[in-house]
Amino acid sequence: MSILGLPLGLTPDQFLFILRGAGWTLVLSLFGFVGGTSLGLPLALARAARKGGLGSWLLRQGAGAYVALVQGIPLPVIMFVVYFGVSIGGFEVPALVAAGIAMTLWSAAYLGEIWRGCIQAVPRTQWEAAECLALTPAQRFVHVILPQAMRVAVPPTVGFLVQIVKNTSYSVVIGFFDLTYSAKVINNATYKPFQVFTIAALIYFLICYPMSVASRRFEARMRRA
Amino acid sequence: MSYDFDFAFLNEYGPDLWRGVWLTLGMTAASILPGFVLGTLCAVGRLYGPRWLSRITVIYVEAIRNTPLVIQVFWLFFGLAVLQVRIGAFPAAVIALVINVGAYTAEIMRAGFETIPKGQVEAASCLALTRTQVIWGIQFPQAVERVYPALVSQFVLMMLATSIMSQISAEELTGAAYQIQAFTFRGFEVYLVIAGIYVVMAAGLRLVLLGCATLAFPRRRRLGTPL
Amino acid sequence: MRAETDGMTIADPRPATPAAPPERETMVCFEDVRKAFGTVEVLRGITVDVHRGDVTVLVGRSGSGKSTALRCINGLEAINGGRLTVCGRRLHEPGTDLRDLRQDVGIVFQSYNLFPHLTVAQNVMLAPRKVKRLGLSEARELAREVLHKVGLADKAEAYPEQLSGGQQQRVAIARSLAMQPRLILFDEVTSALDPELTGEVLRVIEGLAKAGMTMVLVTHEMGFARSVADQLVFMHKGTVWEKGSRDILRDPATPELRQFVGNGL
Repeated sequence: MSILGLPLGLTPDQFLFILRGAGWTLVLSLFGFVGGTSLGLPLALARAARKGGLGSWLLRQGAGAYVALVQGIPLPVIMFVVYFGVSIGGFEVPALVAAGIAMTLWSAAYLGEIWRGCIQAVPRTQWEAAECLALTPAQRFVHVILPQAMRVAVPPTVGFLVQIVKNTSYSVVIGFFDLTYSAKVINNATYKPFQVFTIAALIYFLICYPMSVASRRFEARMRRA
Repeated sequence: MSYDFDFAFLNEYGPDLWRGVWLTLGMTAASILPGFVLGTLCAVGRLYGPRWLSRITVIYVEAIRNTPLVIQVFWLFFGLAVLQVRIGAFPAAVIALVINVGAYTAEIMRAGFETIPKGQVEAASCLALTRTQVIWGIQFPQAVERVYPALVSQFVLMMLATSIMSQISAEELTGAAYQIQAFTFRGFEVYLVIAGIYVVMAAGLRLVLLGCATLAFPRRRRLGTPL
Repeated sequence: MRAETDGMTIADPRPATPAAPPERETMVCFEDVRKAFGTVEVLRGITVDVHRGDVTVLVGRSGSGKSTALRCINGLEAINGGRLTVCGRRLHEPGTDLRDLRQDVGIVFQSYNLFPHLTVAQNVMLAPRKVKRLGLSEARELAREVLHKVGLADKAEAYPEQLSGGQQQRVAIARSLAMQPRLILFDEVTSALDPELTGEVLRVIEGLAKAGMTMVLVTHEMGFARSVADQLVFMHKGTVWEKGSRDILRDPATPELRQFVGNGL
């Protein structure tokens, strides 16, 4: 596999170095997705909270404020804020954790929005039908609404996974050793930017393109259904 | 955990922050129109052009949309340097942004064109209008109006993406923040402040672009309803 | 003269004259025209003439091919066999300039297809300005004229969505008229309208007929067909089943037409 780097003017070691960065990109992406889901799902539920007094109003507004705020801040800046923030807290954390927290905060806002839309896309009639079956609100949600929302959520979520993988590249600003960082290092060493960054781009492409295609297929399948 | 927040740096480095804001806005403004034009041409080329043009467009759009902006910027900037082409960091940043936003705009506009009912295209060609007249006079205005919110979101995202340009030494707000925290050692406060500035800029840009909609779409202006 | 009862038609009530006077110019000539969509044959050899100044109405059940036949006239559908001549152009030969043809042949659709982002006046002025290169004031004057003809002069600055279905359809008619065509096609133009709105559209079409416009209509409005048709063509299973004056509706020669009329379709 390291032979592949040679025609492009890279030594096997350099190529492996880049691949290690790619590995960490995948780790950070996973971190971002899992974290984003853990925070994003409650956000979506809060945003989709049904009308019912002050409590749900606060939930909706609070979650809405979080989403609006985070969606207005560039991810590199979030990275910096988390990076400096955790070191103030007295914690000595590796760049992976700081980047992971930043990715979590960032992706939660977008995933929350996507899933809120999916929950609200389930027709009113389903809510009413569930009510008529004498299910409790929680049961209604879990057994009737959620499964349908999840079906609708698959294409945009897979599509957003692509965004997560690409946006891990912003962790280069806090020196996290991901694919972009490793490519930059090799470029500084070899001054062969076209080769180095093309390889890096190809690796990102090989990860992201299949997911993009899958997302489009899911969407087409759903429109046919 | 106690921490003494210290925002005093704002007094001394305020002007630097302002400069960063203007540079960010400038970079954004320089990239929006070219990016939109590029994207629209690609969408039209893909939908109505000859097969070879369609293929090139698809390759361009998929390549850009499945690779990070950072890599594209590095490829362009460091590549140009190695080729001994001397353009400044700011122009390089703008070119990278235009290429990037062009691909996303192409997809958005393509979706817009595809929502125009076939009956209208039929009616227009039955009025003896040429293909070009139908595409630009009938389909394009409606497509833009329909996908306008998606376009606005894309351009706001692009403004946020300018934040990475300091990596190639193009000056903008995040780069300014980096300088300031290097001098003041108040990294947390500095980046909190610019996070807030970005939120305000994003909201402001959105308002301005939505205001342009009222100017550009007379029907919307008079009737207030979406197309 | 009546149609033969074997179902295959041909009786043309008008006697053939050796030298046709100018008013009898043939605008559209279908000669054994065939059209298939994939493997489905929709037109199985139709032969029909449309003369200048006449109103020809095509009637028949859904699937009889009447709309397809209409759409062949201005090139929206390409024919697969036979000969079709429209305003002097031979559509059965390759290389027909459809844009040129469509300046002479207008069409009004069932779903109006107005351009929603333009005002009524702009909808009407668009083609005259872009195709015939009329100046702005000339085009405006023309638009005023045709909108007046359809009774909508006061709606010139409205947008289509502000109008009722009947009004929108009348604008569509005005839009076609603005190109000063020699022939106008009407494809089930009242089928999408609420019943109380069809009258205003039919009145406009009637007015055009009286003024001598050559028209081909596909319609389900049998009462209207009877009152306005100079030539009535009953289509069935992709062929011309019966053809004649409006009287064929009163005295159908074939059982199919009898059943069609009897059902009040």
